[in-house]
Amino acid sequence: MSENTKTLEVSVWRGTQEGGAFETFSVPAQESQTVLDVVSWIQQSADPTLTYRYACRVGMCGSCAMMVNGQPRWTCRTHVSRVLDGNRLEIAPLRNLPVIKDLAADMDPFFDKWIKAGGVHRPSRTRHEPIQEVSPEEPGRVEANKAIECINCSVCYAACDTVAGNEDYLGPAALQRAWTLYNDEKVQDRGAILDAVSGSDGCLNCHTQGSCTRYCPNELDPLSAIAGLKRAVATSFFRRRA
Amino acid sequence: MLDLRLYMAQRLSAMVMAPLVLGHIAVMVYAIQGGLSTAEILGRTQGSIPWLLFYGTFVLAVSVHAAIGLRVIVHETTGLRGRGLRIFTWGTGIVLLMMGARAVAAVTML
Repeated sequence: MSENTKTLEVSVWRGTQEGGAFETFSVPAQESQTVLDVVSWIQQSADPTLTYRYACRVGMCGSCAMMVNGQPRWTCRTHVSRVLDGNRLEIAPLRNLPVIKDLAADMDPFFDKWIKAGGVHRPSRTRHEPIQEVSPEEPGRVEANKAIECINCSVCYAACDTVAGNEDYLGPAALQRAWTLYNDEKVQDRGAILDAVSGSDGCLNCHTQGSCTRYCPNELDPLSAIAGLKRAVATSFFRRRA
Repeated sequence: MLDLRLYMAQRLSAMVMAPLVLGHIAVMVYAIQGGLSTAEILGRTQGSIPWLLFYGTFVLAVSVHAAIGLRVIVHETTGLRGRGLRIFTWGTGIVLLMMGARAVAAVTML
């Protein structure tokens, strides 16, 4: 690090839900540096009171997402060189969520909506019955498989302008989870899933802007999942009346 | 702020509007190209049940569709919700329906 004289100008949000301001730090630039490396350097070498959240550092746990130069990103897998604006970085807590302190967003609303959208496993068999076989080629399973790599990082939720305008909206991750369960042949009560996602806070409020799919770090496609839910809900509207 | 009932009402009203919009545009083009005067147009529309049904349906679909669309915009931009939002939705729909019905009545009733 000593031979590297290049520095980054990093503005970091400091404060709580009540208010705060950006504070600028000069951080030594390094090769293959990630945004999380930058935040960790600040906390370890400049200001130990900086609050942020991370765990695995390899893109599996979904806990280190932040706004980087105005866009939601998983910071542990985001190379500084890819997002640098000149030599400047602006790092802020995730959008659309309350701030606990500094870069740590309160994830409660995100997970509360996950549950509200029906994202809790409701088994159709007891432990005394044989395990249900599921064919990997079955179309529903193929559809469900598309979203099972979601790591609950909330990047899609922070990217969603519908959430920004409608705080009750369940958001892309929770709705994508509901679509996964809807296609899971182990789930028996699909009507309950459609009921959970078709209320005034549900999938029908999506404006199809596609920021969720654009920003998902795992390259999942919540936009198509929500479109699938909309189709299923609209079809059920006629079926249930027939 | 859209539940299933409102969502379906907006989509179904859009489906009704789509051919009526095309029909309306075709009528406008025809009326202008042919050089029809106001009196000639009114002569054809007044007392005409088909034109009453055409534009009556149009006004009804527009009232439903626009009221629900504006409801979403108002909620997402101002945060209005609950009773206030319901009053706004119904109010918009009723005002549009009354204004439209007045216009339709003026050109199709004798």
